[in-house]
Amino acid sequence: MQIDDVQAGGRGIAAPSAARPIISIRGLRKMYGSFCALSGIDLDVAEGEVVVLLGPSGSGKSTLIRCINLLETYDSGTVRVDDVAVQPGPNLAAVRSEVGMVFQSFNLFPHMTVLRNVALAPIRVRKLAPKAAEDRAMDLLNRVGIAEQAGKFPGQLSGGQQQRVAIARALAMEPKILLFDEPTSALDPEMVGEVLDVMQSLARTGVTMLVVTHEMGFARRVADRVIFMERGQIVEEAEPETFFSAPKEERARAFLQAVLNH
Amino acid sequence: MDLIDTFFNGRVLWDSLPLLLMGLGTTLSLGIISIVLGLIGGLILALLRLYGPPALSGLWVLYIDLFRAIPILVLLVIVYYALPFVGIRLSPFASATTALSLVSAAYSAEILRAGIQAIPRGQFEASQALGLSYWSMMGDIVLPQAVRIVVPPMTSNCINVMKDTALASVVAMPDLLKQATQAQALAANPTPLIGAAALYILLLLPMVRAVGTLEKHFARERR
Repeated sequence: MQIDDVQAGGRGIAAPSAARPIISIRGLRKMYGSFCALSGIDLDVAEGEVVVLLGPSGSGKSTLIRCINLLETYDSGTVRVDDVAVQPGPNLAAVRSEVGMVFQSFNLFPHMTVLRNVALAPIRVRKLAPKAAEDRAMDLLNRVGIAEQAGKFPGQLSGGQQQRVAIARALAMEPKILLFDEPTSALDPEMVGEVLDVMQSLARTGVTMLVVTHEMGFARRVADRVIFMERGQIVEEAEPETFFSAPKEERARAFLQAVLNH
Repeated sequence: MDLIDTFFNGRVLWDSLPLLLMGLGTTLSLGIISIVLGLIGGLILALLRLYGPPALSGLWVLYIDLFRAIPILVLLVIVYYALPFVGIRLSPFASATTALSLVSAAYSAEILRAGIQAIPRGQFEASQALGLSYWSMMGDIVLPQAVRIVVPPMTSNCINVMKDTALASVVAMPDLLKQATQAQALAANPTPLIGAAALYILLLLPMVRAVGTLEKHFARERR
C-alpha cells in the first residue's frame, strides 16, 4: 500500500491544530466493480474533534466511515486509528473495540434485553464482571434517557429509543471514537430530535465523532468541521459557518441549494 | 358388528399389544438415533458449506442435493442389499440408521444454512464493530437467533425421520409396522395394523402440533 500525501494539491488533509490525529487515512481507494466508491481519500481527524460528512447519496460517506473499522474492505490506502494500522488479523478486534459505531438500522440484538444489549460487549471483550457491566449499562441508559426500558426487548421500543440504546451500547465499550452512519435516516421525523440531542450532548464530552448525516441543522450546530463529499472524493471541507454561508465549490453550493430549499 | 370385530377387535389388540410395544420401542430408538446423527451431521455440513474452504464447497452442495433427491426406500435397499456385494454387511437396524441419518443430515444442513443466512448482515456488523470475537459473535448473537428460525422446520424434519422409520420394515427390521403386519398374519385379523396406526399417531401428533405452536411463539417474539 502506497502512502500518497500529495493528492489533489493537498486538498482533503485538514491540519487539526495542536492535537495529534486519532484517525489518519491516506490514499484510500475502493472500487465496486467499475464504480469508484472512494478515489484516494486523505483525512486526519484530531482527538475530540466532531466531523460531519455531507454529500449526496452514493458519494462514499458511509463507505468511508465503514472503512475506518474495516466493516468495508478497500483496494488500497491506509487507515490508522490511534497510530495502529487497521487491518485483518489478531489486532482487529482490539482496534474495533476502541471505535464505537451507530448504524442507520440500529442493529440491536433482538433476542436480548436492552440492558443485556448494552452490557454484553464489556463482559465479553473487556472481561468485566456481569454485575459491574450491568451497573455501567444502567448508568448509560440513564444518560440516554431510557433507563426505565432496561428490561424490555428492542422490538418493544420505538425507533428513537432503539437508536438511543444503540448509542449506549457503543458507549459501553468506552471507545475513543464514535462513528455514526446516518443515525436518524430510518427514524420517524418526530424521533429525530431525541437522538440528535443525545449526540449533541456526547459531542460536548470530548469524544471524537464522525457523523454521516443529512441533518444540516445538526451539522451547523455541533460540527467542528464539515466535509463535503461527492463521487468518492472530498470536494470541500470547512468550519460549519463558512461551509453553510459561503461554500467555495460549485458542487457544494448546488448540494446545499437542493437540501436547504425545501 | 362385523366391522368392529374386523378392525377394532379388542381381544386381538390385547394379544398383539406386547408385539406392538416392542415394535414401538425399536421404531423409537431407530428414529431418535437417526435424528441425533442427522442433526450432528447437518450442523457440520452447514458450517462446512458456509465457512469451510471454498474449494470444497461444491462437494457439500453435491452431497446435500444428492441425498435430498434420492428416495429413502431406494437408499435403504441399496445399503442393505447392494453393499454386501462390496463386503459391507450391515444389520437391518444399522442399515436403516445409516440411510435415515444420511438423508436427515442433508435436510438438516439446508435448514441450518437457511437459518444462519436469515440473520441480517447488520447483526454480524454490530458484533464486529463492538470487537466481539468470532466465537462470541456466533455463540451470543448469530446461533441463538438462528435456532429460533430453525426450530419449526427442524421439528418437521424430525417428524419425517420418525415416519420414515416405517420403511425399515422392508429390510426385515422388527419395527412397529413390521410387528403389526406379523401380528396381523398370526391373528388373521387387521386390528394390529389399526393399533400400529394409532400408536404412530399418538407419537407424532404432539410433534405436529408443536411445530404450529413454536411457529406462533417465535413469530410473536420477533416483533
